[in-house]
Amino acid sequence: MEGAWDIAFVLFQVWMSIVAGLIVLPAMFGVSLGFTDIYIKVLIKTLEWATLRIQRGQKEQPALPSQSANGIIEKHDGSMEEEIGELRRSHPKNLAGGDFTLCDAFYFCKKGIENIVEDQVTQRFTSEELASWNLLTRTNNNFRYISVRLTIMWGLGVFIRYCILLPLRITLASIGLSWLVIGTTLVGLLPNSNAKNWLSDLVHITCYRICARGLSARIRYHNKENRPKKGGICVANHTSPIDIVILANDGCYAMVGQVHGGLMGVIQRSMVRSCPHVWFERSEMKDRHAVAKRLKDHIADKTKLPILIFPEGTCINNTSVMMFKKGSFEIGGTIYPVAIKYDPQFGDAFWNSAKYNMVSYILRMMTSWAIVCNVWYLPPMTRQDGEDAVHFANRVKSAIAQQGGLIDLSWDGGLKREKVKESFKEEQQKMYSSMIVGSDFHEIPSHIIYELDDLKV
Amino acid sequence: MGSTNSTLLKIPNVEVLMQETGFSPAHIIRLHDRFKALDKEGRGYLCPQDFGAIKELAMNPIGDRIIGAFFSPGKETVDFHAFVKILAHFRPVDKDRPKEPNSPEPINSRSNKLKFAFQLYDQDKDGKISRDELLKVLRAMLGMQVTEEQLESIADRTIQEADLDRDDAISFEEFRKSLEKVNIDHKMSIRFLR
Repeated sequence: MEGAWDIAFVLFQVWMSIVAGLIVLPAMFGVSLGFTDIYIKVLIKTLEWATLRIQRGQKEQPALPSQSANGIIEKHDGSMEEEIGELRRSHPKNLAGGDFTLCDAFYFCKKGIENIVEDQVTQRFTSEELASWNLLTRTNNNFRYISVRLTIMWGLGVFIRYCILLPLRITLASIGLSWLVIGTTLVGLLPNSNAKNWLSDLVHITCYRICARGLSARIRYHNKENRPKKGGICVANHTSPIDIVILANDGCYAMVGQVHGGLMGVIQRSMVRSCPHVWFERSEMKDRHAVAKRLKDHIADKTKLPILIFPEGTCINNTSVMMFKKGSFEIGGTIYPVAIKYDPQFGDAFWNSAKYNMVSYILRMMTSWAIVCNVWYLPPMTRQDGEDAVHFANRVKSAIAQQGGLIDLSWDGGLKREKVKESFKEEQQKMYSSMIVGSDFHEIPSHIIYELDDLKV
Repeated sequence: MGSTNSTLLKIPNVEVLMQETGFSPAHIIRLHDRFKALDKEGRGYLCPQDFGAIKELAMNPIGDRIIGAFFSPGKETVDFHAFVKILAHFRPVDKDRPKEPNSPEPINSRSNKLKFAFQLYDQDKDGKISRDELLKVLRAMLGMQVTEEQLESIADRTIQEADLDRDDAISFEEFRKSLEKVNIDHKMSIRFLR
């Protein structure tokens, strides 16, 4: 038995030194040995091969639109007028008595059924589906058994991901997090000085770099000259908790969030020792003024790091940007917008908090192929004179959506829990009635409509 | 490859369902996911409030009627089978379907689509759209934007045009005749992308 333990111990030491030497140390110095790049290249080749095999295997070739990014049904984006106009074209037109035909209801009926099958809001909270398969069963609804070779590739993929990559990543993540806790506690012991700030930044960045390796993340930063500066607020679209790791790999931010218990709480407390972050108690979050005041005080102090905020308030599936809550935009200061776009080919980063809890989510992340994403730093924006917070928020949101290639939606992410206002229905009724009787003719008695309709020809 | 079959196996009588409705396994799975997403409490059936939670449907002027179409008279719940069967009305018409003399008409035939639309108007299911029922639909679609008089004149004109046997109501045959030139397949069909 002793022999077995010795061997296990030696193996463990070898393993740890490989990890430390080839991954942790280069990560700390920001040096890339190029492993991830090679890995991704190999991955791309393999996935292309798999896609070709599947296409050959499928007898019927349905014509897939190239940007079938997220819809499962074909939607015609014609306006109400166009659609109803088309419906009526075949119907003999009779101008007397207003412009209504029995088939008008078809338009509303079809829209209603379309929404039952798929609606804009819920759609944003399910993962994006891929047009081709990336050898992860979690992302395929359509692909069935094609060939032996493909199944073998898939099986190999499972083995690699669960038996080789997963333990490696867990090791790295634990090293990263423990280093964060230990390092920040040690730095916290120093008196306040420039050296302390520099060391704190170093500790934070190295930890996040290790964590990023722990996810096999390949991140590309664009427009680094627009990076958020001290005393500003950094605003980004939210897809998952990993966003923080992605952004913090290239700069130091002050985090904002609720105080948690457990492991998160330990991390939070130690982080705050080395540099100021903004952690709120549950009770404080309810008081908007207190929250705003603390944030204002933070950014007023030009030596403190820029705050990182996700104004959507919830995780969205990275195909669109939903309404930004105006609270962050009322504080003042310079806003540095950042757009984050993940490449879903290698791993779906979206956290569907209704479907998966944090632990199963992290497990899914660590058994994906890789996390590949692009980060764009946008030029800073400030609130203009006379502009209200909502308008400013929308301006920032549009800029982020445009840069990231995401759809700009005005639906509120919180709508997944709330009811829709009556005024939306009235809008629909107004639009339809203006087609029937014309918007100016509401008060006019019916017999006059006949005459005016004759004139309309 | 594994998850496809396991989801299908969880659905009872899925073969029968696919045969009756003509949906492919991938479509059934998507609809099943959608059903589960709407069934937030996981009870295995939907009630009108679950449909009401869909934002765009709440905005739709005849949203209530569309929801009502899913529930048989007297029933307050709809299970997955019934859900899929109703949605099957909106499958595009199968152009190359062999016409077997004894097989029942497919759910997504032109005639059945028209019947579905007809029942949106004919709420008391007596086979006719009475003047009252027509007024109710018009009121729903137009809201407070028109006066009572305007509504009545529209209703009168519509019945006058379509009512061929002069019984002051529109039967299904008259409804069908009035819409014979409309491209029902295009306007009452929803195409799945994948």
